[in-house]
Amino acid sequence: MKKLAILGAMTVAGLSAGVVSAATLDDVKARGKLNCGVTTGLVGFAAPNANGEWEGFDVGVCRAVAAAVLGDPTAVEFVPTTGKTRFTALASGEIDMLARNTTWTFSRDVDLGFEFVGINYYDGQGFMVPKELGVSSAKELDGATVCIQTGTTTELNLADYFRKNNISYEPVPIETNAEAQPLYLEGACDVYTTDASGLAATRAAFENPGDHVVLPEIISKEPLGPLVRHGDNEWGDVVRWTLNALIAAEEYGVTSANVADMASAAGDSPEINRLLGTEGTLGAMLGLEPDWAVKAISAGGNYGELFEKNIGENTPIGLARGLNAQWTEGGLLYSPPFR
Amino acid sequence: MSDTHAQSVAFVRDTMLPEQPPPATEAGVIKWMRENLFKGWFNSLLTLLSLYFIYKIVTGAYPWFANGIWTTSSLAECREMLDGMTGACFSVLTERWNQLLFGFQYPSDAYWRPTLAFVLLLVALYPVLYPKAPRQMLTFTAVFPFIAYWLIWGGTLLTPLVILAGFVAGYFAFKQFERQSFSMGMLAGLIATLVVIWAGQILPAALPNFIALEAVESRNLGGFMLNMILGTVCVSLSLPFGILLALGRQSSMPIIKWICVIFIEFIRGVPLITLLFVANVVLAYFFPPGSNIDLVLRVIIMITAFASAYIAEVIRGGLAALPRGQYEAADSLGLDYAQAMRLIILPQALKISIPGIVNVAVGLFKDTTLVAIISMFDLVGMIRGPILASTEWNGVYWELWGFAVFVFFIVCFSISKYSQWLERQLATDHR
Amino acid sequence: MSTISDPPSGSFQLSMLINDTRYRSYTFQFIALILLILAFAYLGYNLLANLQAAGLNISYQFLGEPAGYDINQTLIPYTSQSSHWQASLVGVLNTLLVAFLGCLMATVIGVIVGVLRLSDNWLIRQLMSVYVEIFRNVPVLIWILIIMAVFIAVLPQPRDFRGDDPEATMFLNAFAFTGRGFYAPAPIFGPGSVAVIAVFLASIAGIFAFRNYAKKALYERGQLIPTFWPSLAIFFLPAITAYFIFGRPITLEYPELRGFNFQGGIFMRNSLIALWFALSIYTAAFIAENVRAGILAVSKGQTEAAASLGLRPGRIMNLVVLPQALRVIIPPLISQYLNLTKNSSLAIAVGYMDLTGTLGGITLNQTGRAIEAIFLLMLFYLAISLAISAIMNVYNNAVKLKER
Repeated sequence: MKKLAILGAMTVAGLSAGVVSAATLDDVKARGKLNCGVTTGLVGFAAPNANGEWEGFDVGVCRAVAAAVLGDPTAVEFVPTTGKTRFTALASGEIDMLARNTTWTFSRDVDLGFEFVGINYYDGQGFMVPKELGVSSAKELDGATVCIQTGTTTELNLADYFRKNNISYEPVPIETNAEAQPLYLEGACDVYTTDASGLAATRAAFENPGDHVVLPEIISKEPLGPLVRHGDNEWGDVVRWTLNALIAAEEYGVTSANVADMASAAGDSPEINRLLGTEGTLGAMLGLEPDWAVKAISAGGNYGELFEKNIGENTPIGLARGLNAQWTEGGLLYSPPFR
Repeated sequence: MSDTHAQSVAFVRDTMLPEQPPPATEAGVIKWMRENLFKGWFNSLLTLLSLYFIYKIVTGAYPWFANGIWTTSSLAECREMLDGMTGACFSVLTERWNQLLFGFQYPSDAYWRPTLAFVLLLVALYPVLYPKAPRQMLTFTAVFPFIAYWLIWGGTLLTPLVILAGFVAGYFAFKQFERQSFSMGMLAGLIATLVVIWAGQILPAALPNFIALEAVESRNLGGFMLNMILGTVCVSLSLPFGILLALGRQSSMPIIKWICVIFIEFIRGVPLITLLFVANVVLAYFFPPGSNIDLVLRVIIMITAFASAYIAEVIRGGLAALPRGQYEAADSLGLDYAQAMRLIILPQALKISIPGIVNVAVGLFKDTTLVAIISMFDLVGMIRGPILASTEWNGVYWELWGFAVFVFFIVCFSISKYSQWLERQLATDHR
Repeated sequence: MSTISDPPSGSFQLSMLINDTRYRSYTFQFIALILLILAFAYLGYNLLANLQAAGLNISYQFLGEPAGYDINQTLIPYTSQSSHWQASLVGVLNTLLVAFLGCLMATVIGVIVGVLRLSDNWLIRQLMSVYVEIFRNVPVLIWILIIMAVFIAVLPQPRDFRGDDPEATMFLNAFAFTGRGFYAPAPIFGPGSVAVIAVFLASIAGIFAFRNYAKKALYERGQLIPTFWPSLAIFFLPAITAYFIFGRPITLEYPELRGFNFQGGIFMRNSLIALWFALSIYTAAFIAENVRAGILAVSKGQTEAAASLGLRPGRIMNLVVLPQALRVIIPPLISQYLNLTKNSSLAIAVGYMDLTGTLGGITLNQTGRAIEAIFLLMLFYLAISLAISAIMNVYNNAVKLKER
């Protein structure tokens, strides 16, 4: 009987130990590492390079958050996730944030219980076809075999688009981008569809990118952004404002080259001063160091620098800024004021 | 004497002739061929068909192998070197050799560690697999898991040492209390193990750099190494669980029996891939909030549960095959349940079960490739994902898949041959 | 004589719970039960806490919502507006289809290989054991992916059939073997085809009647009536005659290259074929071993006795050995069928839309209802396994009765 009592007591202790507050920020600080969910490999957005280091646009966001919170942009553990595992990984706490070109939709935000903290890439779904097919519009795709990544919103958009235009097609569902490539290249499907940025990245990895064209139709809105678990607002704020800091930094002309200079002393622009912590206590409000934004920006540069370095026009992926330009230049990027 | 015959017959042989060789059609190669290859028109037809089939395969495959190129760094280069000839681009194997074996994220300066662990595995397996090996070597086998853990995952040596100390403490506690009763011994052993490990866990935390190797995260394991790790770990873990489940299912205690029956039938009723989905997307919900059990460990838990159920069924077969008299003999000697099982029943039942256990082990090793579906990069996952999708090696199917077939065939075939050999060794012809 | 002590009565001590065999089993069961309940409570508590922290709940309402995605092979009506439940049913049927086809082909190959492994022909014996060893010792997932690679890399794609000087041509202008699958002519049933089909079915019934008559003639009068050629004639002649009498009501629709793909005819998708062939040849290797073991289990005396009656080897196999071997072969055969059905869940590796692909794949991904979807998935496979085990038990009992 005594044994049972001990066992019972142990169980109760175990149960109560399980109830921890969901303070992700404290967890990350205590761990000294940020667990960041990324794709299993999409060149330009998140992919390991030849040395096994992760690189890319989404990776840059992870590194900026790690720099802001821990002061070290390399203190990130990248967890590759697929369309299937990404939400469970986040919901179960395996990762602290998900930066994996994930589309912000109503049901993901409300029903699945996640919190999208912002948009780091305004995207839309497009189609890629081999040039030799001579197709110039998605409306000519009647009867085509289409490769799609399952578990993404593209699958649903595709069904809607083809139904609306009353054209038939053959879906070939595929789990990852890597598996889709050989199928498309060998001609097992006529068309590959995913986010336009993903198409550009995939095409860049081909041996002869010039043999393939991306059709002009963009059939959906795909605002991609990092997300965190619902209900932990402190942590959500940290990620949200780190992303905003990167966007604002570009707007104000703060770059990784001049950020150290500008942060050494308060300058004449109060907005920049508040952003860089030389004025006000924005950092403390987030529960971070005053120079959190300085570290985030120096990790990989501001939004524009990240874009140019990873997916911009001078990279093999060659994406134009388009919608992703600052609002001052006709784009949609618009960071709320740092005040 | 001879002239009596001289009148009736013209010639009488009075010496023995030397033995004649049998007719050409009834001896040697020709007889063998007549009996084994050309017996009747149907068999002859089959033989000719098979010969044609073999001829086609050999003539098709030979130039492919002979012209194989081993040294280029991309498929385009290899095709250029072949210049239109039939030939294999084995250079994908040489160039991606380390990725195929270790995955693409294992630190490259640490490749010697899993290699050494593999060699040590062979040494550790030797006394287990070869009954005539010196028994002292079993000590090394017992220590091996801790060495292997340290080598593959890195970190400080203290972590495996503390766990080892826990098991040693548990063993002595068991010996101490065993006289009292077996169950007391087990309980004491369990408690001692847990206490020592719990108390000792401050050591690695305090001295993280004591004889430390560079730590490697579980999710960075990959390639054939991952198949080997999953295979060995899960088979070894599932043996004790399988024995317990089998005993539980044979037990006369209804509650315990039904727990085991439901567990076994449930696991055997669902495909492994659904259990891996559980490991991948569901299991995390059942751990305490905030705990972070990595994917490899979750997969090991599910595969072990899977293998245990199958091994339990094999051992149950072995238990059922033992004559009733063995149980009664043990009872009449006054042995209690634990002693009877340990000394009389299980040694015989396990011996009968060996072929079945080996079958399960081979099946399990093959099933470790299923982790590729939940986006882990084992050998199949590496080929399917990073290698076939890379710009350099897009389209090299046969060399890569041929390699995978070759590796798995070698391992599985030798295990099953070994089991046949062991069966003959252990055959005492009275069970 | 009263030195033999009575069992201690009345004075119950706590230690007896462990040491007295009368109570020990209760103690153990009690502890096991408590541990089990605690374990379940612990897991359930964690689940609730995690779900609460993530703001989720367990609900099966998603099954009624529109699925929103398309499926490329549907045996029942389905559009992207159908519910997730309908999508799951499509998946169930696709699973059953590939499992059925696979079991059929695996049995045929397995029995042939198993018999040939015992053939007189040395070369055939060796070839068959090479087949068995190679396919048994390599994971089925690799075979599935290899066959899929044949489709992707070796077979011509529809685009190769195009142009004035195409790289590939259709076989007999009716069959196209492409990387996307096989196309074959499909029958179109015009008016009057019902009559042809009725004649055809009647002639099949006729074959059975004729065979029964032949058997009766053999047993009762010892008269040996040849059955093979007459059966063949009954099978073909009436149906063909009817076909022409009714003015050729059944026509064939040939597949034709139109637009991106072949259109018309029967289409068998590459993923289905890859899965079907791989599962069949893999399982056949195991079935071959079962068949061989079953045949070897029939004692040699039976073969010799049959031979001494003057039966030919083929008849010995069909009439004497196989019927007896079946009793040994069928139980492992059924468990191989079960394995094949479970292995068909690997469909997801080649994008075949079985239940794992719809409910456990796209539905799970789109709704994020991982726990519910995987629970239903397991329930389905469990139900199939239990059903097959039940059938097997019934069969085993039936066989046992005959056996003394």
